[in-house]
Amino acid sequence: MVDSDMSVDKSKKTYSTGAFFFLAPAVVVLLAVGIFPLIFAVGVSFHQFLLPKVHWHGNFLGIWPIYDAPLTWFQNYISIFQDDSFRDALSRTFLFLIIVLPCELVLGLVIALLLHQQGNELLKKICRVALVIPMATTFAVVGLMGRLMFDANYGILNSIWGFIFHFRPDWLADPNLAFLSISIMEIWQWTPFCALVLFSSLTMVPAEIEEAAKLETAKWWQVLWRVQLPFMLPGITAILILRTADILKLFDVVYIMTKGGPGSATELVSLFVQRVGFRAFDQGVASAQAIILLIIATLLSRFYIKFVYKEV
Amino acid sequence: MAGSTSKAGSTPQGFNLLHFILLLVTIVVCVFPFYWMVTTSLKEQAAILSPTPQFFFPPTLGNYTRAFEKFDIGASLVNSLIVALSTTAISLILGAPAAYAIARFDFKGKQDLWFWFISNRMISPIVVALPFFLIARQFHLLDTQLALILIYLTFNVPIVVWICADQFRNIPKELDEAATLEGYNSFAIFWRIALPLAAPGIAVSAIFSFIFSWNELLYALVLTRTNAKTAPVVATSFLSGYELPWGQIMATGTLVALPVIIFSIIVSRQLVRGLTMGAIK
Repeated sequence: MVDSDMSVDKSKKTYSTGAFFFLAPAVVVLLAVGIFPLIFAVGVSFHQFLLPKVHWHGNFLGIWPIYDAPLTWFQNYISIFQDDSFRDALSRTFLFLIIVLPCELVLGLVIALLLHQQGNELLKKICRVALVIPMATTFAVVGLMGRLMFDANYGILNSIWGFIFHFRPDWLADPNLAFLSISIMEIWQWTPFCALVLFSSLTMVPAEIEEAAKLETAKWWQVLWRVQLPFMLPGITAILILRTADILKLFDVVYIMTKGGPGSATELVSLFVQRVGFRAFDQGVASAQAIILLIIATLLSRFYIKFVYKEV
Repeated sequence: MAGSTSKAGSTPQGFNLLHFILLLVTIVVCVFPFYWMVTTSLKEQAAILSPTPQFFFPPTLGNYTRAFEKFDIGASLVNSLIVALSTTAISLILGAPAAYAIARFDFKGKQDLWFWFISNRMISPIVVALPFFLIARQFHLLDTQLALILIYLTFNVPIVVWICADQFRNIPKELDEAATLEGYNSFAIFWRIALPLAAPGIAVSAIFSFIFSWNELLYALVLTRTNAKTAPVVATSFLSGYELPWGQIMATGTLVALPVIIFSIIVSRQLVRGLTMGAIK
């Protein structure tokens, strides 16, 4: 007994020193490429930093670039709060989220139930493969597809629309329709994700319980509500979290389909910050906006992680 | 219809037909944009610009040859490949041991470290892209593959850690104990026992890392100009001008998207798990 206890102690000791060597490379690299730039961004956000005007004055300790940008402390942050455009971009992003996410969830649930339903086995197999295609398509290419299909003159969707309703709107030039177009492409790309997540949740309902419930009540929606839904809750929570995070990050599809236009009708927050930083060259304000965005995302993810990722 | 719940599996005929139609609609909606892109890439410009959609047309590979000649798609595909492969390899070298440590060892701050890895999923790339651009500029890393390889580690290392940790946890601890008795140190256990057993999971994480790097646009747009342009950046670059060369654009789109789609279909079982980062099994 004493012997085995000692060996456990000994192995524990080697374990924790071992952990250091296993973890150190990954942690060091992530600190260098992930965290160091963030700290630098905080520095930039306190300066008036117009890219064409600032000059480089060498590096502090060899790693921290020094510029002659005037230190203005919180001026960039104050100007962001005084100006409506950043808040507008944020609320536009949340509006997008509120429109798109319920559609994805409901359509995803319908497809998941179709896949769960007995019969048509071959078609269900094909369907599961087909669902992978939208998710796997390079986001930039989804944007290209959207541009092609929503084109005012020869886009296929517009042709179908024109055939049914006898007029052809210019989807990407009208503010509301452009917003709708990017929403449709987002729903097209990510509904399959919801469907597959919810489908795998459905398969976790024990068959006996489901059959017993079906015997008891004839109404499918009662089975869905009372028996299947509890099993889907973790999946639904995961979807809510990950889609929220991804929509806050959303850039590629919209950048290619509309570049935020017409006007700023489809300018989601990532596009907005990108424009301020790289097309208006105001790195100071853009960095401050990025820091605010980071704070929002961190708060959301803390909140979310508490909900879902409890176990290690 | 409601009364026939006698036996699971024997659904009435009418319902089955509706089921069939809805499944078919789902498949068509999923596949159609992809089909339309590929067929457009095989059409002549006149067929593309026709006001009525052309479903039957004489296919041509002209768009592909033109895209290779005019836009140098070949070089950007090579760039994408180099960047994606390098960052995947480095992510595995860094991430797999870290995942092993998280799965096997107990240490102070493990929970915090895990959360830190996870929270990388939530950070918007634009937040990192801004300062990284300035730093890369000062170190003459702009428009190099190295800049992309480094910054892609910020999302690839976490995904490798995530998927591999899950895989390492599934290896019975008894194997470690037996190996310790044999005189293996913890590095030998990791290298000779855990790593081979976790190979399937590591392969999946490698494919994910590759796909995410291949698909990435924002960082590549900000950090490259000409030499290190990746394929998605080139795909966006001819979206200006009055009459867009849709055939060539779609040829490029097909070349960018097709390898990833094929890859993803191969790992479709693991795909959802990877995308949810294991939040549901």
